Amino acid sequence: MPYQKKEFPNRFTALQKDAMHNLLRTMIRIRTFESRVEELFLNKKIPGFVHLYIGEEAIATGVMANLRKDDWITSTHRGHGHAIAKGAQTDRMMAELFGRKTGYCKGKGGSMHIADFSVGMLGANGVVGGGFNIAVGAGISSLIKKTDQVAVCFFGDGASNRGTFHEALNLAAVWKLPVLFVNENNQYASTTPTSFATSAERIADRAKGYGIEGYTVDGNNVIEVYNAASALIEAARKGKGPALLECLTYRIKGHYVGDPEKYRTKEEVQKHFVENNPITRYINYLKDKNLITDAEIDAIQAEASSEIAAAERFAEESPFPEPEDALDDLFSFSPQEFPEAVR
Amino acid sequence: MRTISFSQATLEAMQEEMRRDPTVFVYGEDIVRQGGIFGQFKGLPEEFGDRIRDVPISETAIVGAALGAALTGTRPVADMHFADFIGVAFDEIANQIAKNRYMFGGQANIPLVIRAPDGISKQAAAQHSQSVEGWVQNIPGLIVVAPSSPATAKGLLKSAIRQNDPVIFFEHKVLYPQKGPVPDGEYFTPIGKAEIRKPGTDVTLVTYSIMVQKSEEVAMELEKEGISVEIIDLLTLKPFDTATILESVKKTHRCVVAHEAVVSGGLGAEIAARIQEKAFFHLDAPVLRVGAKDRPIPFSPVLENYIAAQKDDIRKAIYAVLYREG
Repeated sequence: MPYQKKEFPNRFTALQKDAMHNLLRTMIRIRTFESRVEELFLNKKIPGFVHLYIGEEAIATGVMANLRKDDWITSTHRGHGHAIAKGAQTDRMMAELFGRKTGYCKGKGGSMHIADFSVGMLGANGVVGGGFNIAVGAGISSLIKKTDQVAVCFFGDGASNRGTFHEALNLAAVWKLPVLFVNENNQYASTTPTSFATSAERIADRAKGYGIEGYTVDGNNVIEVYNAASALIEAARKGKGPALLECLTYRIKGHYVGDPEKYRTKEEVQKHFVENNPITRYINYLKDKNLITDAEIDAIQAEASSEIAAAERFAEESPFPEPEDALDDLFSFSPQEFPEAVR
Repeated sequence: MRTISFSQATLEAMQEEMRRDPTVFVYGEDIVRQGGIFGQFKGLPEEFGDRIRDVPISETAIVGAALGAALTGTRPVADMHFADFIGVAFDEIANQIAKNRYMFGGQANIPLVIRAPDGISKQAAAQHSQSVEGWVQNIPGLIVVAPSSPATAKGLLKSAIRQNDPVIFFEHKVLYPQKGPVPDGEYFTPIGKAEIRKPGTDVTLVTYSIMVQKSEEVAMELEKEGISVEIIDLLTLKPFDTATILESVKKTHRCVVAHEAVVSGGLGAEIAARIQEKAFFHLDAPVLRVGAKDRPIPFSPVLENYIAAQKDDIRKAIYAVLYREG
């Protein structure tokens, strides 16, 4: 699938070595979290549905490295990676996946509704395309409050076929909102290949219809994602309006854990995993340039492993909510104040 | 007390709240250039600049963006133009706005108002005449209000804007030009509380929005026949004030519920159900419902009148619960 490459200023090279290592650290933390979540789901420790971000880590990582804590993101059903990269704690995330009281949503949301509003992560969303207009609304907030906060909307290739995509991009363009729409084109909408379901050759091409800039980058190259996001987020912050960034990637795991994956071959998946693994690719780059040592890589991996093991322990040791906690959190007032409201 | 129109009353509520709080803003179709189809936004652009905005015809974005704005520190008021268009944004209302606080464990307040002009007016036919409170009645997480007069319009809109939860504000189009007394100075109509419009002893008539005045007219006429009707104006449709209804029914032992919306699956059904759950042995007659026949609203006045609930339907229902001949 050919596409026009846009050369963004290479701001990555200006990063300190620590910041470069942080990109790797975030990707490895996401991968470690997701790999363990898969095992825990298969071991029946985690109920419900789980959609893994394995293979797509470079996108959340490269984009989020350009955001401030007070910027906002909206996420998808495949939202763990976005949450981690935006600064959510893995222990409270794991507790949520376990359905515990200490989870981010006190056990009311689970994987598909993971969120940490305190770091600007405005929620995973169970409705495909549900985040577009929430991000637009956050952009409006920035305008009304006259701040320079930016909103980033992550969405999949399937979501670009929703009506919400159209209304959100048009409104964001008309009002010049500080919103970056980041498409994670992982080639599949559940079981349906993008090539079958999406009329445009490139999702980025759709930007033209809204009079905004649209670019395609290699979403498994964290440096490319970082540089593109850096330029587009800076433009949005300066009031230049929204843009659409399509990041090409590949969904290494099934749509959900347990997906029989009858719509593609094991060879296809394996080829991507070996040749197009964003973590391996970034490690190879850093090693080539002598920007990281094996010992440093091992340390990052070990740190991530112990963090996720601790997160799992925290979740395991956390209490379940009380059954009647299910009545709380519907409104800003308590059931005692307004009993009719929770009847 | 002053006498002002319903639309002027809502305008005052907007002005007062926008002056007080710079994070309150309003947007919708045709509200800046046109001042709203009923003039309910006139003058706001001059005073508040870009805190009142025209939007593209994009109801999904209008409603969805209200959520994003509310989550990030502002208090949006989104105007739907016509309540019927809530259908275009139903996922945003049912799956995003209503569920946000709960499914994320109460992480954020959601101070947003969706203004939705509803009801039968000027033969606007099937897609511009509906009362759609039934659509949202069974979605946990929403507050729904419907004023019946200029005074309650102002008081409820101010309460809605201050509420840290999503509020749908149904405003009947026929009410906009109507004038009525409105208190001087600031006041609020509390959410969740019904008001007794007219005390009575024989029958409880539970109603809201445009049907309040129709109910009052019927009650005045019946008074001459020696029938004393107690009229309860619900004001908040969700969560509605069960206590006031039950107290009245325990006194009158008879109840009629009247609304403009279709009877099937309407608010009347829920009210009747709650009365029989909580006050069955106080009842001397079944609770009767008055509302539109189970059809879309047709165009021709002859047809429209036939489908819509009329004053005569209220009168007949009251006779029926009193076991009287109409």
